Order: sequence, then structure tokens, then C-alpha cells
Amino acid sequence: MNRFDYVRAGTVAEAVQALSGANARLIAGGTNLVDLMKYNVERPDRLVDITRLPLNAIEDHEGGLRIGALVTNAIAAYDERVASRYPVLASAILAGATGQLRNAATTGGNLNQRTRCYYFYDDATPCNKREPGTGCPAIGGVNRIHAIFGISPTCIATHPSDMCVALAALDAEIRVAGPSGERSIPFSEYHRLPGGTPQFDNTLQPGEIVLSVDLPAQDTASHYTYLKLRDRLSYAFALVSVAAILDLDGDTVSRARFALGGVAHKPWRNAEAEAFLQGKAPTRENFEAAADIVIREATPQDGNAFKVELARRAIIRGLTQAAAGTPQSVSDKRIA
Amino acid sequence: MLIDSGSPRAMETIGISLTINGETRNLQVAPWTTLLDLLREGLDLTGTKKGCDHGQCGACTVLVDGKRINSCLALAVMKDGAEITTIEGLGQAGAMHPLQAAFVEHDAFQCGYCTPGQICSAAGMLAEGHAHSREEIREAMSGNICRCGAYTNIVDAIEDVMQSGAAR
Ligand SMILES: Cc1cc2nc3c(=O)[nH]c(=O)nc-3n(C[C@H](O)[C@H](O)[C@H](O)COP(=O)(O)OP(=O)(O)OC[C@H]3O[C@@H](n4cnc5c(N)ncnc54)[C@H](O)[C@@H]3O)c2cc1C
Ligand code: SF4
Ligand code: FES
Ligand code: FES
Repeated sequence: MNRFDYVRAGTVAEAVQALSGANARLIAGGTNLVDLMKYNVERPDRLVDITRLPLNAIEDHEGGLRIGALVTNAIAAYDERVASRYPVLASAILAGATGQLRNAATTGGNLNQRTRCYYFYDDATPCNKREPGTGCPAIGGVNRIHAIFGISPTCIATHPSDMCVALAALDAEIRVAGPSGERSIPFSEYHRLPGGTPQFDNTLQPGEIVLSVDLPAQDTASHYTYLKLRDRLSYAFALVSVAAILDLDGDTVSRARFALGGVAHKPWRNAEAEAFLQGKAPTRENFEAAADIVIREATPQDGNAFKVELARRAIIRGLTQAAAGTPQSVSDKRIA
Repeated sequence: MLIDSGSPRAMETIGISLTINGETRNLQVAPWTTLLDLLREGLDLTGTKKGCDHGQCGACTVLVDGKRINSCLALAVMKDGAEITTIEGLGQAGAMHPLQAAFVEHDAFQCGYCTPGQICSAAGMLAEGHAHSREEIREAMSGNICRCGAYTNIVDAIEDVMQSGAAR
């Protein structure tokens, strides 16, 4: 780990101030940043400890919920309001990492965690995300875990978060503060595709800090699932995951929302596929057609072509679980 | 309160206070020292193990303010003011914690390297109170890898303590 200055911020303004100038990083749970610093992938000159800021409450907010950036993943997942009103979020958080990691990991840190691309983690290899302009060895290299949607010729990394897949399906908003005040960012505009600048994971501007994740008022909580498919049954990142929420009006889908994890540089939604399901019956046939709309856009590599069919089946299974009101269990590993 | 170690990287150590296994200690730590390294290298509390040093094995699990975390990914300076419990603080030979006794009873280890982390993690998990079945124990304990594969007996030991309510 490199040497750095340590600043403990007492207010949001102090944190924003301390972020300016030096190559500074915010640190919250530290479960991603400390790991990356040990690998020399992150080499900040200054760490700004934000764990003492008053951003650790879950509050009712405009009919929805406001989850402070410092609320740990464990507290968010087991909060009664989250578990009863946004069970897809609780389920997604609990599908990620471990009991120990979720006790330390924060909402803001989870949102801003970096890719698990092996080359990104290995500072002996080139990587456009780590060092812009050096190349992307994952293209044509080992790319089993990489993206099949929204890739660019400069980067095929995925965003690894489970929590964010549920937040995408829920149309959350991210509230941030920076040198020029506060603003809210719709979830779909928070993370970005790599394009020509894969060094940027999201649209947070220099000096900005996440204050909270805001969940909109939610009318349905029973027809959902978070289905995570991975190389082992626990303690592994998703190869493909799906967060699905269906609003059902009798035998008709009045609204379908679903997002995929493990397949793109951001949680992946497809408006056309969701619109296709609107007004239709929740049948396997319709779910298959929706899945086909999604995977039509896939551009896989040699190592991850299996993800296309895996994603198709995950969508169909996820929508089926949501429609039946039988969400995937976190501890019973059989896929319902 | 703004605490600043000074710039540019002037001050090598920062004063913090930690209550470790019931004893409050004022310590000088470099900001890049992990809680794990402080415990093992600085304070000779070598019961807590370093397996991977990257959050991937759980051998370094300790309780911070009663919550289990991976001490390898925690910077000691950030825990200023916290209460830390390590395996040494849970129990000692002759006055074992119910989990320690159950691990012995159920032969829940081979080499023993993962055991302190397993036991601290299990203590944290029981206090959380979210696991009620064997299946849920397995999922809740997935952050502790045992390279000897003693999992069956580890779950037996934890289930035993959970059912007897002894850890509460
Ligand atoms: C072994 C292992 C397995 C894991 N498995 C999973 C998994 O299966 N699924 C999953 O989703 N995740 C998984 N994770 C990742 C874990 O969820 C993240 O490490 C964690 O959520 C990061 O939160 P943190 O508070 O510790 O962030 P930190 O490490 O403190 O910070 C991470 C990044 O976020 C920035 N940041 C932190 N807070 C803010 C803020 N308020 N505003 C702006 N920027 C901020 C930091 O500057 C840093 O760049 C795993 C991690 C490990 C080590
Ligand atoms: S996929 Fe992205 S993160 Fe991975 S090596 Fe290529 S540029 Fe780097
Ligand atoms: S040493 Fe901390 S998790 Fe492996
Ligand atoms: S007993 Fe050897 S690693 Fe678990």
C-alpha cells in the first residue's frame, strides 16, 4: 500500500473540501478501496474518512425511502421498511458478498465499487480503465466474466454490484453533493457505458460525494425476484443476475421492470422488452419473447458467449418467479 | 471535527484509542496499518489469522462494536474509539466461550487455521439473529473458508450453540 495522508471529515462540506486538489479518495467501509490499494490499483495521496458523517439513517422520503450513503449493506437489507416495501433490494444485497463484508460495506461504497476484471486488478498488465490508453487485454484474452452488452473497443468490464441491479429496476435516484451544491441523478444515468473513456465508471463529478439513495414510492412488493447465477452458490460475484418486478392487474402485466447484473458496465435494462410485456399475460411464451428482445443486442467474446443463453434463461426464470410470487431464496439454493 | 494527518504525508502516525478485549489502549498507528496487522504485529494478538489479506477467506474476522468484520480490510485509524473483540477476548483455555467448547466437542477443525475466524464470525452471526436453520447457518457463514473442509462439523457446532441459546 502506498503512503497517504489521512483526513477524517466531520461534515459533508469538510469532505468535499478535502477531496479537492490532491489525488484524494473517499473511504467508507474500505472493503473495496483498501483491497485495491493493496494491489496498487488505487494509489491515493489522501484518504478522506467519511464514516463519521451523519449519513447513516434510513428515512421516509416523499412516499419512498431515503437510504443514507453510510448505511451498511447489512442494516439496509434487514431494515423492516426495506424488507417489506423493497424486498427485491433486500434480496439483492443479501445475495452479495458475506455477513462480514455486508457489516462493513456501505450504500455509497457499494454504488461506487470498481470492476472485478482480472486485468484491472493486476497492475503488471495494461488496462484502459486503470491506465487510459494502454489497451484492453480482456478483449481477445480471458473474458469469461466480462460484458455482453454495451461494450466498447476500449473496455468490456462489468459493474459487479448486486445491490445496484435492484436499484436499477426500482428506478432509484442518487443524491450527491459537490463543490457546486446538491443534485439528484436518476439511477439509469448514474453508472455509464465505457465508450472511449472507461476510466470513468459513473457520472459522479470530481469533488462530489454520494449523500443518499432515494427509493420512489412503491406500489407492489409481492411480485419480484432477485436471481443470481454464479460459479459457486455463495460468496461469488454474479455471472448473470436478474432483478425483476412485475405489477400484475389480474391476469395482465400492467408494468414490467427488470435489470440484469454481470453483463454490462452498468445494470442493464431494456425498455423495449419491458414495454413488450405491458398489457400481456404473464406467460412463459411472453417472457421468452421479452428475453429474446434483450439478447438480440448481445455482442459476446469467445470466453463469455455462454452468458447470452444464461441471460436469456435467467430472464425467463426470473420473470416466472416474479409472476408466481415465489422469489428466489437467499439460503435455499435450489432455483424455484 | 476535522482530523488531518498533515500534508504532504508529514505525520507518520496518528493517536487513536481502542478498547481491545475489554482493555482501553491509546495507540499510535500509521494510517495505512490495517486492524489485522495492528492486532497481530503491533499488539501480539496472533489468535486472529491472516489468510488472504483481501476479504476472501474470513480468517481475520473480529468483532468491532459487536459486529463481525474482516480486519484485513479495515484501517485501524478509522476504528478510533471502537470496541474490538478477538478470539482471545471471547474465551480462554479453562474459561471457553460456548462456541469454543462446541468446536472442540464437535471436532470442528483439522489444522485450526480458520478456527478463530470461524468462531468470531459465528459469535457475530448468532448475535445478528437472522439464521434459524442449518441452511441459513451455512449461508450466513459462507464468508469463512475452511481449506480443510471441516464444514459439516463446523455447522454442527454452531447449530448446537444456537439451539442451546448459550451464546446469548
Ligand atoms: C471478497 C469479496 C466479495 C464480494 N462479493 C460481492 C458480491 O457478491 N456482490 C457485490 O455486490 N459486492 C461484492 N463485494 C463488493 C462489496 O459489496 C464492496 O466492496 C462494498 O460494497 C464497497 O463498500 P465500502 O463502503 O466498503 O466502500 P469503500 O471501499 O470504502 O469505497 C469504494 C469506492 O466508493 C467510493 N465511495 C465510498 N463512499 C462514497 C460516497 N458516499 N460517495 C462517493 N464515493 C464513495 C470510494 O471512494 C471508493 O472509490 C465483495 C467484496 C469482497 C472483498
Ligand atoms: S475490460 Fe476494461 S477493466 Fe478489464 S482490462 Fe479491459 S479496459 Fe481494463
Ligand atoms: S485475511 Fe481477511 S478475509 Fe482473508
Ligand atoms: S481447520 Fe484447517 S482451514 Fe479450517
